Amino acid sequence: MNRQTEGKNTRQSVEAAGRRSVIEVDKLAVALPQGGDRELAVSGVSFRIAERETLCLVGESGSGKTVVANAVMGMLPRKLPVKSGEVLLEGRPLPPQRAVEFNAIRGRRLAMIFQDAAASLDPVQRVGRQLEEILAVHEVPRPEWRGRVLKMLEAVRLPGPMEMFDAYPHQLSGGQAQRIAIAGALLLDPALLIADEPTTALDVTTQAEILRLIATLQQERGTSVLFITHDFGVVFQIAHSICVMKDGMIVESGTARQVLRSPEHAYTQRLLAAARNARNRRPVRRSEKVLSVENLRLSYRTGTFLNRKLKPAVRDVSLELEAGKTLAVVGESGSGKSSIARCLLHLENFNGGTIRFHGEDVTKLRGRSLQNLRSKIQIVLQDPYSALNPRQTIRAAIVEGPLIHGVNRAEARSRAERLLDLTGLTAQAADRYPHEFSGGQRQRICIARALAVEPEILIADEAVSSLDVSLQAQILDLFQELQRKLGFALLFITHDLRIAAAISNQILVIKDGEAVEAGPSREVFKNPKSEYTRQLLAAVPGVSGDGWLPT
Amino acid sequence: MTSYIFLKFLRAIATLVVTVSLVFVFIRFSGDPAAALAPPDAPQEVIDQYAKAMGLDKPLWQQYAGYIGGILKGNFGYSIHTGKPALTLFAERLPATLLLGGTALLIALLAGIPLGAVAALNRRSMLDQVVMAFSVFAFAMPNFLFGLILILTGALVFNVYLGGSSDAGNWAAVLPPAITLGLAAMGSFARFTRSSLLETINQPFMRAAEARGVPFRHRLLRHAAPNAAIPLVTLVGLSLGSLIAGSVVTEQVFAWPGVGQLLVRSVATRDIATVQFIVLAVAFTMVLANFTVDMLYLVMDPRIRAK
Repeated sequence: MNRQTEGKNTRQSVEAAGRRSVIEVDKLAVALPQGGDRELAVSGVSFRIAERETLCLVGESGSGKTVVANAVMGMLPRKLPVKSGEVLLEGRPLPPQRAVEFNAIRGRRLAMIFQDAAASLDPVQRVGRQLEEILAVHEVPRPEWRGRVLKMLEAVRLPGPMEMFDAYPHQLSGGQAQRIAIAGALLLDPALLIADEPTTALDVTTQAEILRLIATLQQERGTSVLFITHDFGVVFQIAHSICVMKDGMIVESGTARQVLRSPEHAYTQRLLAAARNARNRRPVRRSEKVLSVENLRLSYRTGTFLNRKLKPAVRDVSLELEAGKTLAVVGESGSGKSSIARCLLHLENFNGGTIRFHGEDVTKLRGRSLQNLRSKIQIVLQDPYSALNPRQTIRAAIVEGPLIHGVNRAEARSRAERLLDLTGLTAQAADRYPHEFSGGQRQRICIARALAVEPEILIADEAVSSLDVSLQAQILDLFQELQRKLGFALLFITHDLRIAAAISNQILVIKDGEAVEAGPSREVFKNPKSEYTRQLLAAVPGVSGDGWLPT
Repeated sequence: MTSYIFLKFLRAIATLVVTVSLVFVFIRFSGDPAAALAPPDAPQEVIDQYAKAMGLDKPLWQQYAGYIGGILKGNFGYSIHTGKPALTLFAERLPATLLLGGTALLIALLAGIPLGAVAALNRRSMLDQVVMAFSVFAFAMPNFLFGLILILTGALVFNVYLGGSSDAGNWAAVLPPAITLGLAAMGSFARFTRSSLLETINQPFMRAAEARGVPFRHRLLRHAAPNAAIPLVTLVGLSLGSLIAGSVVTEQVFAWPGVGQLLVRSVATRDIATVQFIVLAVAFTMVLANFTVDMLYLVMDPRIRAK
């Protein structure tokens, strides 16, 4: 593409490094509708990004970082209008004077990729057509389409570009979908790529690959990147410079080295500390074995009824849980770690293996005695939004379990209040409905609900994965504090090794339904025995830098 | 994909078999067909003769086998009043009903889908509220009421009689009953289109397309429409199925010489063979429409093709 911007009317805006600014944002302010928690969604936001530079906009959810991205893209919802400020892309003001002209800029000079890459593709159209469409709407001559798309598919390191061209979005993995999205974004060599949490939904290995891909393509093609994330591990890996956002304002900015080495603002320090929290672990005590599982096996039926196949999900996994201790089960998505949890809860008809609860064989429990066992094993799920009935008050949600298991109403109510207090919520929360709470608060409610039946085992299935970093740290702390007070055994399922390191005494690494490594967490992190664990460790963003992990 | 087609086909056949059998059972339950066939004051011997002639003295399973065999051979019995085959009676009425139903469906589609789309694109606006209020009104209003109002208005205000269109060949005559019938369907099409389109345009891929610089019209026609149409096809398919039978009331009100009118008359006169045939025809149309919808899904949604 020819850079028309280098003409006379280009503003002479040269950065300290001597490179031209690709984008300049100056004192941007975006209004919030009345009744929001603040008057402006973002205010006084200024930054500039030079050629080939990656600026990370870091902040928790609700800090306004996505609003900034959408303001630059001219894709803010109507109820969030830009109040003041200036955005210059390659020296030209955004939005352009006529709204229709924006369509010629988006996709050509300015591109964006999103968190959920699979959902950002039209499910009923072939991938290749969707990529060709970008060329079509930007008036590239038709004969060039196919060749350029195939070349781009190759550039994003997709195996078999031809097959990818003909694939539908549902046939792609999360990582492949994100590669396709990147291919689409960079197809016309835009000046600026905005990446809005593009790796948050991916497992660590894929995340590392995508980050590397973005960095490589950026250097090859000279793209500037505005990278939005809540994860300092990612920042560590990709940022050249950093802006930290809180409550709609940039509280700290500087080069990556400055901000990561010597953060000045208290908020940045707290976020960094939360990310580094990986180190603190509790001393090991001898304690009582609550649950032991031997050679657990589970297969799912797939195929049609004419052509039935068994797909193994869990293969001969053994594990032990001790009271007051935490076992982390680590694996990528699809590795079978959640299937293990479902087996322990007797939610799956597993094909083989023995489960012992306090030494007693509970593998084949049915009916009443299974009900009793279930009150001893509780689970907290990943998504606190869908885990709560929206039409039930918090109190009703928490007392439901105890009532079913024969606790009288007065006792159940006082338990609910005590648990709300323990989980850091006020007693007033009891009469409110789930939608009145934030994600972090809802996860606290889910934990309170799980603990209401006084379980001996708590299973946390990716229970902090959908929360942002500082909330993650808070919830992890909460798990540990509650465990200390109540003494339950915790089975913590996660794809994130850093989290596993932060919380567990023992660790079990699962790959394709098989345990590839097990042992005390400290040991596993210090001397990983299996190749796979080593790969996982290497893939953790930030691990290569300052040694964030307890190695 | 083959197993999807196979399963859907199997389901269609199973539905037909069940319907055919239920019709057999219910007709036996609704009273002695021989008594119904014989003249009202016929003595018992005559009724018995009728029964014998019709094979009603045989064991039930033999009757059932004979009935199924007859259907497979295309023998659906004869009308007791005209002596004509039920099939012929039905076939005579079918064009009128198809004309009425087809016109109604066309009206419903042409009005309902654009109205729903306009409402979705102007969500929460005055326009949206007016369109939706009108849609609710349209399908909440009973057919006969709107039909009667139409006839009355025509007669009293415009001096045209709209209620006696016994001539199905007359194109203009089909409009009043078709509007009556189409209005109700239009209401549900509009509401369904609105919610389906709203859901689609709020999908992440619509935003992503915008971020790629795809213009609004293009996004709407190439991405939103094909996705929003998928659930809509089900609704249209079901309406297609009720074309054959759904117009009983409207045909009666407008004296339209279609299948609905034939059904009413046959029920009133206990013309069992004809009633039975109409029920079967309706069931068959429904099953066929459903199967067609299932196959259309294959074309429209690659996610189903993958199964």
